[in-house]
Amino acid sequence: MSADSQELRESSKLPEAPLAGADGRQRAAEVLRRAAGVSEVWTFVILVALVAFFTIAAPGKFFTTYDLTQIAVNAAIYLVLGVGMTFVIITAGIDLSIGSVLVLSAVAAGEYNIHHGGPEAGWGTVAVCVLIALAVGTGWGALQGAVVATGKVPPLIVTLGGLGAALGIAELATGGQDPAGAAAAHLQNSLGFGKLLGIPWLVILAAVVTAAFGAVLGGTRFGSHTLAIGSNPTAVRRAGIPVGRHLIKVYGLMGLLAGLGAVMWLSSYGTTSIAGHSTDNLKVITAVVLGGTSLFGGRGSVLGTVIGVFIPAVLTTGLIVIGVQQYWQDVAVGVVLVAAVYIDQMRRKTRERA
Amino acid sequence: MASAREPLLAAHGVVKRFGHVQALQGADFTACPGEVVALIGDNGAGKSTLVNVLSGVLAPDGGEVRLEGVPVRFSGPMDAQRHGVETVYQDLSLAPDLDAAANLYLGREMLRGGVWGRLGVLDRPAMRREAVRAFAELGVELKDVTAPVTTLSGGQRQSVAVARAVAFANKVIFMDEPTAALGVVQRSRVLETVRRVADRGICVVLISHNMPEVLSVADRVEVLRLGRRVASFTAADTTIEELVGAMTGSLDGPPQHDTARTGPAVTEAEEGR
Repeated sequence: MSADSQELRESSKLPEAPLAGADGRQRAAEVLRRAAGVSEVWTFVILVALVAFFTIAAPGKFFTTYDLTQIAVNAAIYLVLGVGMTFVIITAGIDLSIGSVLVLSAVAAGEYNIHHGGPEAGWGTVAVCVLIALAVGTGWGALQGAVVATGKVPPLIVTLGGLGAALGIAELATGGQDPAGAAAAHLQNSLGFGKLLGIPWLVILAAVVTAAFGAVLGGTRFGSHTLAIGSNPTAVRRAGIPVGRHLIKVYGLMGLLAGLGAVMWLSSYGTTSIAGHSTDNLKVITAVVLGGTSLFGGRGSVLGTVIGVFIPAVLTTGLIVIGVQQYWQDVAVGVVLVAAVYIDQMRRKTRERA
Repeated sequence: MASAREPLLAAHGVVKRFGHVQALQGADFTACPGEVVALIGDNGAGKSTLVNVLSGVLAPDGGEVRLEGVPVRFSGPMDAQRHGVETVYQDLSLAPDLDAAANLYLGREMLRGGVWGRLGVLDRPAMRREAVRAFAELGVELKDVTAPVTTLSGGQRQSVAVARAVAFANKVIFMDEPTAALGVVQRSRVLETVRRVADRGICVVLISHNMPEVLSVADRVEVLRLGRRVASFTAADTTIEELVGAMTGSLDGPPQHDTARTGPAVTEAEEGR
């Protein structure tokens, strides 16, 4: 999931153009025109430009394995959340509650861990904790999905309410303090700090989740229905697809991945960080939208979200490396975000005129 | 063409109320296999309501619908579709961001065989192949079945919606104002398509406001007014004036041509909708 693996994947598409030969120029133009129509390509160009800029600006400093690993680990949790958010936003929905759901899941798992051995808890407890986190997240997400599915309350409000409620419950359960001993040493030493062939397990997990749900979105009936619902819910309903049930699944999936995010957070940081997730929703939504997923629904891809997650990550690391105050990152991401939605709108208009 | 045969779809005395508004006050309807029937009427005459009842979108409050002589009560559009009754909605009911093939198979996706299929993995190549075939059968050229529907022209979009209905209907297709948004050339294309579909033995029910169009493509014309059928004409033997007269009621006193029942005693002119 590092920046250069993205580059490889992309460049494998390009040889088509030079190979085309005689009528090649025309076909190359066609390929380019098509590529330009795919929003991931633009975002990818931005990402490559950023990487190139930082590599040149700080030779030998930016493109080190240490930085890449660090970027990937930092991005892993946001990536997992972003995958779920991609599905939600494609249905023309939004989920503001993810940070709170993550905290609630972490607290639920953490409390169980504290009462079943604390930091020295055995593997059995670890497994139960993981299941608890996933179940709490899924349940909360599905509940929000059920309210959204009634069509009476917009997702923005449902999940804004969910954001407050989930965090409130987590604070009630803990008295507002991060409990000590929320994560078992087994969990931290395996998933948290462990590596396989030099790649952190967290990154591998995020990559597997991303690839799996990327395939679900792009290649399955579930994915196709998700896109269709965002595109024209009335048509989908008339086609006999149970839209409400599908929305429950999509928000449940978001919750499940927030629960998984909680497991990753606990294993990585060893604490529930109750106060530390209030801007997760904004970061993740930014990444998804940067990746070309339309806030108006119907269009988007997991690959785009991957790129969208890495842009802020690369910016942060890059700015530190070249010695610029990293707060500029917020400014830059904000500007790029607004520009991305502006371009999305323009393209939508041009397309509809055609 | 065919109209003295056993009706494929028949409705008798269908009643539908919305609150205290009675949109259908005992409406009748008849359609035979291989026939293009135009359903006309002024705004609020109950055309849409009748079609919604016949296509399973609305449940009637009274009366009877028979398909091939068997009384049916559709539990929803899906149920109607299972019986071979499809609808082309006025808004076309397409997902604009999906391609033509995906729209054709929306809700009826083809899955791969084996484990992949059980996981819900789509068989896109098969769907695209079938889509190309379905369009070709209707005489529709679609350059690229993988392009999002929103990039297609109005006529092409219309064709996608019609092709979807044709691909799955084996009895009746309802088309709500199928040419309303089209230019002249595209309009004649769609009407050709309608004709071709009917020639396969499917009954096409056309809702339209365009009288010349109705007369050119339909075999029969059924006229609704104030929630009832007031007349039924053979298209070949009628004129625009006669149709308009029946629609507005200025010809009251029975303009019976073939199966028509007499016009209703003019009750309160309540707008049904």
